[in-house]
Amino acid sequence: MRARVLIRPKAGILDPQGEAVERALPALGFEGVTNVHVGRLVELDVEDPAQLESMCDKLLANPLVEDYEVVLDG
Amino acid sequence: MKFGVLRFPGSCDEVDALDAARRVGDAELLWHGDRDLKGADAIIVPGGFSYGDYLRAGAIARFAPVMESVIDFASDGGLVLGICNGFQVLCEARLLPGALLGNTNRRFTFRQLELEVLNSGGAFTRTCALGERLSIPAKHAWGRYYADAETLAAMDRAGQLVLRYAEGENFNGSLGDIAGVSNEQGNVLGLMPHPEHAVDELIGGSADGLKIFESIRLTVEGARV
Repeated sequence: MRARVLIRPKAGILDPQGEAVERALPALGFEGVTNVHVGRLVELDVEDPAQLESMCDKLLANPLVEDYEVVLDG
Repeated sequence: MKFGVLRFPGSCDEVDALDAARRVGDAELLWHGDRDLKGADAIIVPGGFSYGDYLRAGAIARFAPVMESVIDFASDGGLVLGICNGFQVLCEARLLPGALLGNTNRRFTFRQLELEVLNSGGAFTRTCALGERLSIPAKHAWGRYYADAETLAAMDRAGQLVLRYAEGENFNGSLGDIAGVSNEQGNVLGLMPHPEHAVDELIGGSADGLKIFESIRLTVEGARV
């Protein structure tokens, strides 16, 4: 099964990448953009989707500083 | 005494760490794929970009075969020093609390800087005075120390905040200006700056880093007496 894992910085933790992007957009004429955060996307095919949460906790994300969300496709 | 210095694919400071360790004792490189710590009395997890720092710095190195032995060694009270990428590896391995995030200045930054010793009673800083300043270089892009407020308060009470950046030196945005932390037992220390690059005044402008290595030697040899 195809899965996508969306990993983002935990709320409240300073996200300098997100801030830099947020400041860059108005410079290009895109106004009204707030709350920009930059994370990672991991795409994978898995035989047993039940293992995904454990994979995230052990390797794909660092639960101390990142939240993750698993999305199963089809 | 004997130091064991780990070498991962992508390590780059292991040779300087080996040289620094040899100024106070014997030292040997330990390959990431081996489990044998070769009788080392203290382990150094060096700086660099282990496994390319893919995914997150230290996230993959933490599962190297040699790290299984290092985790057992640390659990038995063995001394483990993680420098820069080594600090990141030890946090990922949960041998140290917290995590290291991208610098707030968003840049790889190299600076000679001043550290302050906050705990001079520990295994890694016993040759330092409380409040002493050490001149040591730092060079990294992912050095912003983070732990939640509750964890930080508990670490402070337990004396685990061992080194901090002196005023004006915290370029990476670490909480509380924290540069180096230990575990609760005090036998594992991680720091972002590089004591192994400050062991010779002629080429580093400072030999303050030797104090960390000398402290380790005294701790190990004291334990034997």
